Amino acid sequence: MDRRKFVTHTIAGSVMLSAGGVLLNSCKASKKHLTILHTNDVHSHIDAFPKNHADFPGLGGLARRAGLVQKIRKENPNTLLLDAGDIFQGTPYFNFYGGELEFKLMSMLQYDAATIGNHDFDNGIDGLLAQLPYASFDFLIANYDFTNTVLNGYTKPYKTYIKDGIKVGIYGLGINLAGLVTKKLYKETEYLDPYEVATDIEALLKETEKCDIIICLSHLGYSYENENRPDDLKLGKRTKYTDLIIGGHTHTFLERPTVVTNAKGREILVNQVGCFGVNVGRVDFYFDEAGGSAEGVTISV
Amino acid sequence: MIACRQSQDRLINFEGKQLIVDSTYAVVDSISNFILPYHNHVEKMLDSTLAYASLDISKTDGIYNTTAGNLMADIILEQAAPIFKSRTGKDLDFVLLNHGGIRSIISEGKVSARTAFEVMPFENNTVVVELKGQSVKEMLTYLIRSKRAHPIAGIQLVLNKDDSIKSLTIQGAPFDEKKSYYVATSDYLVSGGDDMVFFKDALEVTDIDYKIRNALIDYFTKVDTLAPKVDLRYYKIE
Repeated sequence: MDRRKFVTHTIAGSVMLSAGGVLLNSCKASKKHLTILHTNDVHSHIDAFPKNHADFPGLGGLARRAGLVQKIRKENPNTLLLDAGDIFQGTPYFNFYGGELEFKLMSMLQYDAATIGNHDFDNGIDGLLAQLPYASFDFLIANYDFTNTVLNGYTKPYKTYIKDGIKVGIYGLGINLAGLVTKKLYKETEYLDPYEVATDIEALLKETEKCDIIICLSHLGYSYENENRPDDLKLGKRTKYTDLIIGGHTHTFLERPTVVTNAKGREILVNQVGCFGVNVGRVDFYFDEAGGSAEGVTISV
Repeated sequence: MIACRQSQDRLINFEGKQLIVDSTYAVVDSISNFILPYHNHVEKMLDSTLAYASLDISKTDGIYNTTAGNLMADIILEQAAPIFKSRTGKDLDFVLLNHGGIRSIISEGKVSARTAFEVMPFENNTVVVELKGQSVKEMLTYLIRSKRAHPIAGIQLVLNKDDSIKSLTIQGAPFDEKKSYYVATSDYLVSGGDDMVFFKDALEVTDIDYKIRNALIDYFTKVDTLAPKVDLRYYKIE
């Protein structure tokens, strides 16, 4: 099918939003199912919050998150586990172990990929490099040029993952470090325009890599009033092929994922799940075979 | 869109939601067991006694200066001055922190690294700012108008009944408006925190790579007893 025709068709097919997260489409008939689980801004919160905590009583903790991930992977082995940055800094675990425990545990939970947040530079770019041997997952970041730093070669702009024959392209975006992180810590890391990088990478993932699903792991932040400051909502409006933006940095707790209309008039999702590992985001993608009866794409949040 | 022409699979539906990590999910024992030795080590380190507080050290026990504020500011002066001197050859003149930055009382009894984390949970660094005499005056205007006991050290400020300055000495010498001064503070305040706008006119900012919390821990390790007093560094003649 010609893509232009298909896009028009997609717009014509109404995008249905149901408040309760209830699926009203013919999922049972679908052949394939991809699940994305995601965290952001965990900030070294290894332990659950105490039961008497004012904001998050008894919530979070790596051991319980592991239980959640295991349960969902059991239900659907075609699951990817992602993190949108700021893994480091926030509890004495980071001060004592420098991020080693965070990376080891994320590896044990079989995280697939993470992007890099500003606080991940808190022990300097050398401090981040020192912990990389403990991480078995990929660090994806497309708009930081590490060429003149020790991190050169240790990150990728994007990576593709195949789950049950579904090709998923994931790329990462980081926030402008100038003014946010001391230059001494990030050194010669060069920040590139996230919008330009995103539109280039997503086109590559769509047209060259032929991905079925494209996901952005972003540490830009959910939304800023300053229109010159890049954020996930603005990014969503400017991209053409990205299906899901998983955000971080602003510690934004959303009632439900935000539906954004992209540059092609198609509705996509932007999500962020607060901070400190108290929540895990879940996005399920359902597929049928081309030529099936379903018209357009339905988004439920 | 999402279905490539080359792909047999076509996206028909997607659904997003948020899962709360609560007791509906089982704890994975292998993960808990892996964390346990790290947890125990951190707890042990945090709770090992470094010093004793001979009284409850609070930021609300004085009007113009407090035991907690004086302790914090005196520690920064004592700990930061030699680092600044060795880096730059210059002498630190005084310290200004913010009252809101003291996040916990220090209770009478044993003091540990955990105490330092409670008092100073943030990762702020000590920075030394060179301020012109004029900026120091603006700083004092800020301090006086704030009506808060922002922690200071190395400075003595006495106010008249009408809040005008009766006397001001820095390192024991009368304030000289033509001179510039080196003030140690938090990078948070230099970047505009607590509306301390006078820092934007800094002649120079030197980050001495020393976390405020680490200064506390180093000081607690060095001394046996903490016994700060509300004193005459800042007061008003009534």
